[in-house]
Amino acid sequence: MSKKRLIPKLLLHSNAKGTNLNLVITKKYTDIIEVGSPVSMAKIYQAQGADELIFTNIDTKITDLKILADIIEKVSEEIFMPITVGGGVKNISDFRLLLNSGADKISINTIALTNPELISESAELFGAQCVVVSIDYKVDEDGNYWVYSNGGQTQTKFNPIEWAIECEKLGAGEILLSNIDNDGMRNGLNNEINKLVSTSIKIPVIASGGCSLPSHFIDGFKNTEIEAIAAGTFFALKDQSFQQIRSHIKNAGIDIRIYS
Amino acid sequence: MIAIVDYGMGNLKSVLNAFLYCGANAVITNDKNDLEKATHIIIPGVGAFEKCVTNLKQLDTFSTLEYQVKVEKKPTLGICVGLQMMATLGHENGLNNGLNWLESEVVKIESDEDNLKVPNIGWNETSIIQNDHFVLKGIKNAQDFYYVHSYYMKCKNESDIAMNYKYGNLEITAAIAFQNIFATQFHPEKSQDNGLKLIDNFIKWNP
Repeated sequence: MSKKRLIPKLLLHSNAKGTNLNLVITKKYTDIIEVGSPVSMAKIYQAQGADELIFTNIDTKITDLKILADIIEKVSEEIFMPITVGGGVKNISDFRLLLNSGADKISINTIALTNPELISESAELFGAQCVVVSIDYKVDEDGNYWVYSNGGQTQTKFNPIEWAIECEKLGAGEILLSNIDNDGMRNGLNNEINKLVSTSIKIPVIASGGCSLPSHFIDGFKNTEIEAIAAGTFFALKDQSFQQIRSHIKNAGIDIRIYS
Repeated sequence: MIAIVDYGMGNLKSVLNAFLYCGANAVITNDKNDLEKATHIIIPGVGAFEKCVTNLKQLDTFSTLEYQVKVEKKPTLGICVGLQMMATLGHENGLNNGLNWLESEVVKIESDEDNLKVPNIGWNETSIIQNDHFVLKGIKNAQDFYYVHSYYMKCKNESDIAMNYKYGNLEITAAIAFQNIFATQFHPEKSQDNGLKLIDNFIKWNP
């Protein structure tokens, strides 16, 4: 197995004028809190030894991805680790634009649900490793899981496990599995669903939503087959550095990179 | 000048950025003059084996490239599918011929072990076999490098293997080195300090 990965999730939302994208964090995908510049933050994460970075444009007003591509271009001049980019990708030319700007993988969410052929088409053109399907879900009162699209706004008829299996069949290389209910709430991962999804497919699963303590990371890695954990709020606002969190995880017996 | 060969596959920008960051004069090119003038050649590669080989061979300048690597013996670095293409045969999407620069085959990562994730995406502790290779100078044994792949190279001649890593119960070729060629399965341009060190060594390599 590869080492387990820790991935800061950099969410981007436009400033008041709509001229630039700022780094933000969210709660349950709604409350948006601005935290600064994505490029500076990416450099901090690199210095701290993050394993990868995920950039997601969460602003539905942004339809021209050029503004996102510009940021990725700046980031890739100085960041030498894998970069996943998404949020508003609709077609192959969006894939191409972002890949040419320096992205290594592209994440798709809503478009994958409405046009699943894009998964196969992009995997064939750019390789499966390039196609990350992002799955956002919520749990209803009866304990049923539902996939949501449009940045958590629209409930779909899909169950996250079945949808992940379908994505794998269509040629996706990785699944980013995010719990909307726990987003920014610091109450830990939903390891029930993380386990069900990660044991149902062979492609790697990145779990996200709710991490705020070392034990949340450790529980996720110990009790499920996930390969990576992504977090936004945790890495952006915590004083605890990667070194400290890694040492906790390593000492719990989990194979993780110790940055040296 | 360092020529990063452009044959329409993959993200060359991050490879270019890593070389520029290390202070090299590097360009993305498939121009005949550039290949002839270049002191070093980089063959990157992302995507399917057969498509990469076909695209590379279709370049007008493919014969120039092969001449520069095989006859002029310029220091050459293959990355990911850039390594795999050097094989005799590839098993991805049927059986396809490679460039046959090294007697080897490219096979799928497969094992009877449960839950071996394929593609392997992530950081793996990598053993150095050719300890005294110039391109590996100053890199400690068992450092982490970043991999993204579903296939790997099996060399006929084990002495061509410069680095390897364990994935489940498989021994995966992480780098090969023979004559003027060094090639990595991992992405040095995505492997932070260790990757940049390898690139820096390669720039200075004069076999």
